[in-house]
Amino acid sequence: MSTADVTSSTNDQKYEIAHLKLVPKRHIGRMIAAAIVLLILAAIVRAFSVGQIEWSYVRDFLFAPAILDGLKSTLIMTVAAMGLGIILGVVIAIMRVSGNPVLSSIAIGYVWIFRGAPALLQLMIWFNLALIFPTMGIPGLFEFRTVDIMTPFVAAMLGLGISQGAYTSEVVRSGLLSVDSGQYEAARAIGMTQFKMLRRIVLPQAMRVMVPPIGNEVIGMVKLTSLASVIQYSEILHNAQIIYFANTRVLELLLVACFWYLVVVTLLSIGQYYIERYFGRGSKSITASM
Amino acid sequence: MTKDIIVKAVDVTKLYGPFTALDKVSLEIAKGEVCCIIGPSGSGKSTFLRCINQLEKMNSGAIWVNDELVGYRREGNNLHEINDADMARQRRRVGMVFQRFNLFPHMTALENVMEGPVQVLKEPVAEVRKRAEDILARVGLSDKISHYPSQLSGGQQQRVAIARAMCMRPDLILFDEPTSALDPELVSEVLDVMKDLAASGMTMIVVTHELGFARNVANTVAFMEAGKMVEIGPASEVLTSPKSPRTAEFIKAVHS
Repeated sequence: MSTADVTSSTNDQKYEIAHLKLVPKRHIGRMIAAAIVLLILAAIVRAFSVGQIEWSYVRDFLFAPAILDGLKSTLIMTVAAMGLGIILGVVIAIMRVSGNPVLSSIAIGYVWIFRGAPALLQLMIWFNLALIFPTMGIPGLFEFRTVDIMTPFVAAMLGLGISQGAYTSEVVRSGLLSVDSGQYEAARAIGMTQFKMLRRIVLPQAMRVMVPPIGNEVIGMVKLTSLASVIQYSEILHNAQIIYFANTRVLELLLVACFWYLVVVTLLSIGQYYIERYFGRGSKSITASM
Repeated sequence: MTKDIIVKAVDVTKLYGPFTALDKVSLEIAKGEVCCIIGPSGSGKSTFLRCINQLEKMNSGAIWVNDELVGYRREGNNLHEINDADMARQRRRVGMVFQRFNLFPHMTALENVMEGPVQVLKEPVAEVRKRAEDILARVGLSDKISHYPSQLSGGQQQRVAIARAMCMRPDLILFDEPTSALDPELVSEVLDVMKDLAASGMTMIVVTHELGFARNVANTVAFMEAGKMVEIGPASEVLTSPKSPRTAEFIKAVHS
């Protein structure tokens, strides 16, 4: 046998493995990590089940009228504060991008102050405003005692809504900036006024960029309303607290409140998906799935 | 100024800081005329076109469209800038087609074409829909009316953009390098639509590098360089026997 023959026969064997089964690499590290995490999770679940939690209290109070009333107040406050936040956000953002130096400086100052101070502190300032302004109004026209109008609801709505407006204005501004300058020009070229251009062309396109972060902020706001419990607004956490002050079942009632927050946030997340899909119409990612 | 002059520009000057983008540019376009503006990049062609519908503000000079002073109102010895609503009203008479199409991405082709007449001119929706469908058929897009811009090729998008300008029934349509952003094989479908539009008697000012289009379709060709109107005259004269040596050089360079 010549050397050439030897080489060719070993070569033939070498290439005869194409039919063999391909076995993926074993990820030992991943399996160990997963096992550890599952173990920890199991330990936590066990701790809660053997801990001194009276689950019957959780069940009984889940649909208690005081809790459901609190839930309703939480939702009302979310809508009111977020509504105020969005209105202020749009106004402040437009002031910021307007060419007017006074308006844009005021917008910058607004964001600086109300994004800078903690929301809880802002709530307390609104609630205690009567201490420095016993009465409010326009002299000679009308006047109120501050304690009469600055109810927990009003103070919470102002505190949460105004600080939210500072955040939302940045979202709106980034939405406005995301619209191509060619869109502004095309809108002007068909004879649109500034207002019509914003309403018909710019905002609908900006919405696509704005909806995901605003959805996030709405979800954040649902939870932020719990701060209003501090100023006696009877939202769900406040009502849960009142109940556990009476029956001392602290953790049970906190879990009840936690359950409802999760329900609301889940529903909002689903709603956000559909809103995003609506404003994404015409964009590439949507058309690909059509 | 005679009745059938649609555009008259006198000494239009535009400065960007120390840079002179337009240096006393003058032009006169009659009704039904097609004028191609050619010239090297940065010569001010697009800037001048954009001054005609006030997307760009000039520093001095004056432009009339249909005998109406554009963007300003004379008060004594001053020209005062007009307000937003009046500016919008003037722009309704002038169509514009952009290099990058600038279709509204959240609207279908049909909605893009209907937007101006319905929202700005406040015409009845049914009537506008009929007209928009006819115009989209005319530019060869009957089967694409419910497509979004992202589902259309560049050439199709530009034809929708031309239809959008046409549906406003303007006195004049401005084209800002309408084929420069297109793949080479899509250029002719857009030029064909423009040729058809020119044949129907539309007054057009076209900033372009397509000298073939200029030769076949334009009545007038203007050559601009460094912000100046170097030469303007009948298309055949300017393109075949230009008076200025700079024009001759440019045409030769484009053809080689």
